[in-house]
Amino acid sequence: MSVPAIELRNLEKSFGLAKIIQGVNLKIGKGERHAIIGPNGAGKSTLFNLITGKYTPTAGQVLMHGTDVSGMKPYQINRMGLSRSFQITNIFHNMTVFENVRCGLLWSMGYKYSFWHMVNRQRDLTEKADEILEQINLSSRRNMVAGALAYAEQRALEIGITIAGGADIIMLDEPCAGMSHSETDLIVDLIRKVTEDKTLIIVEHDMGVIFDLADRISVLVYGEIIESDTPEKVRASTAVQEAYLGTTVEEA
Amino acid sequence: MSTPSSTPLKAGTQRLIPLNHALPWIIAAVFLLILPYIFDSRSALTIMNQMAITIVFALSYNMLLGQGGMLSFGHAVYMGLGGFFSMHVLNWMSDDPWISLPFLPIFGGLFGLMFAIMIGAFSTRRAGTVFAMISLGVGELVAAMSVIIVIFFGGEEGVSGDRTELLDFFGMSFGPQRQVYYLTAVWLLIAALGMYLYSRTPIGRIANAVRDNEERAEFLGYSQRHVRWISFCASGFFAGIAGALFAINFEILTEENLNLATSGSILLVTFLGGVGFFVGPIIGAIVFTLLQTVLSLYTEIWALYLGILFVSTVMFFPFGLTGLLAIHIQPWKLGKISHLVVPYAKMFIPAVVGVLSAAAVLEILFHARHAGLGEEEMNLYGITFDSHAAMPLIIAIVLAVASFFALVKLAPGLKAAWDEATHMGGAKQ
Ligand SMILES: Nc1ncnc2c1ncn2[C@@H]1O[C@H](COP(=O)(O)OP(=O)(O)OP(=O)(O)O)[C@@H](O)[C@H]1O
Ligand SMILES: [Mg+2]
Repeated sequence: MSVPAIELRNLEKSFGLAKIIQGVNLKIGKGERHAIIGPNGAGKSTLFNLITGKYTPTAGQVLMHGTDVSGMKPYQINRMGLSRSFQITNIFHNMTVFENVRCGLLWSMGYKYSFWHMVNRQRDLTEKADEILEQINLSSRRNMVAGALAYAEQRALEIGITIAGGADIIMLDEPCAGMSHSETDLIVDLIRKVTEDKTLIIVEHDMGVIFDLADRISVLVYGEIIESDTPEKVRASTAVQEAYLGTTVEEA
Repeated sequence: MSTPSSTPLKAGTQRLIPLNHALPWIIAAVFLLILPYIFDSRSALTIMNQMAITIVFALSYNMLLGQGGMLSFGHAVYMGLGGFFSMHVLNWMSDDPWISLPFLPIFGGLFGLMFAIMIGAFSTRRAGTVFAMISLGVGELVAAMSVIIVIFFGGEEGVSGDRTELLDFFGMSFGPQRQVYYLTAVWLLIAALGMYLYSRTPIGRIANAVRDNEERAEFLGYSQRHVRWISFCASGFFAGIAGALFAINFEILTEENLNLATSGSILLVTFLGGVGFFVGPIIGAIVFTLLQTVLSLYTEIWALYLGILFVSTVMFFPFGLTGLLAIHIQPWKLGKISHLVVPYAKMFIPAVVGVLSAAAVLEILFHARHAGLGEEEMNLYGITFDSHAAMPLIIAIVLAVASFFALVKLAPGLKAAWDEATHMGGAKQ
């Protein structure tokens, strides 16, 4: 097997005395769509924060394409080609929808800390941002202030900002939380479209979404991965049924 | 990472500044050109120069506060140090000059930049309270040093110089005030345009992003710390230019140029004008300088009025004077600005009477407390009376209270007119 996109080795995280992540080992291959499920408070978001550099691990390592990134800053990890969205919408509320997306593009398109380009004059930047707005169906909201968008639109924008930079590892934390069925369907289509040929790591409570999207599923319970396999096998696993799925799989 | 497009950073065919954006700049340039022909007295020129310097300083301050979300209590440090260094460069060169005066602000800018790089390296690590406290500490530190290092800061007397000792610039020696005015005006345009363009560059946009949501920016490849540091350096550079312009205009710098009071007043100026707008600090600086220079001619308690103005701005118009103007754009665009004319006109007289009579109360009290023995006579608004008598005070209080009640009575009318004027579509029933 080639070098995994993400590899976690004995990863641990404690907040004070509380061990939230307790020795997680996981390999996520390149191009895989990997879902992480688990009950509330299992540590899914914490795991995301460890991988993306928001938190430093208490012990263990995070490897990205074989490089140890544990302890690196979020921006360094992002520059290596990893981008994430947030469970609680995390956008630039005072900026326009267009500007939000453009902020997601600036670094990756090579503008970095430039003070010698005028952003409005960079046609490549504007075209790319408009292209992404088209993809996330927000073209009609282009010049609206992001804070004024409806909730579902903000969630779409959250994904738009995340994928804008063209990172090849995309991590989405509950992208469909709080959405209606029809909105969820739209977002799932969108996710499928924008993460083609990319590695996707997704946390989601909606089992329909998970079984629809994922190639592999890891089940996280109390900071430990109790199962990591294909959707069929995970669905069949009794351990998972007991720990988690038994209560929700019927709803899916 | 994204595959770079074949022509990654190709510039479009648009102009650097589209024509409709250039227009305000052209108007400003023409305005600055003819201004000294309208106000040609020496004191008017001095006030205008003072204004221009304050504008550059306030704009540089707003790069921190408005654009970058950094509340600094020590911004005078960069203007002051830029000014002191410019003065030393001026004195050092005066024997054997190899530049002329208009180039001096470049030195001011570079020294401001140098100190911003050094101090920003640790102060911009965090935003918010930490940044504010460090800026206060550094401000206090530099002000204290200025008293200790006499050889550089000149102690109590400060450092002075003679601006005419550099090379002539196209026959100008910069002795005459008007020549200095044009030098200052040109630098004002250069600096303001520079800061405006900066706000439209990638780093300028990302500074806004970091201000609004630093966490998100980090996950888009930007180090919030580096973004703040770069903004801080750019701001220090322009503050240094303002310092050099001060050195050129007043030919003296003292501890006052870099102390905390100056740092505080630039915060005041910027906030008064409105931190959320590029022109905010410009309006703030103009109003502030006018009040400071003109008001101080008429009253000793001008600082009190400035304080009241500042507090009421913070309380009632958090978007500053510019914000107050900006809220009229919507009724203007809807073509309904006329709805506001009558209610405003109705409120005009009580408002003016209210302000004048309230000021009269303060003035009478101040005069009564501070006038020397046998100097009970005071002159206010062309009326002469005894400040120790009860009647004038009673009249002023009654007028103030009456106009306050008139304003309160008229307020619902204004509110209704305002709702109507900002209401889209046809007239409300
Ligand atoms: N910064 C922190 N400090 C202290 N405790 C934390 C911190 N972040 C998370 N926790 C704790 O870690 C546990 C796991 O939280 P986490 O947000 O990772 O769960 P989750 O699996 O994402 O849950 P949900 O499905 O509700 O989003 C919770 O008990 C939470 O209180
Ligand atoms: Mg979570």
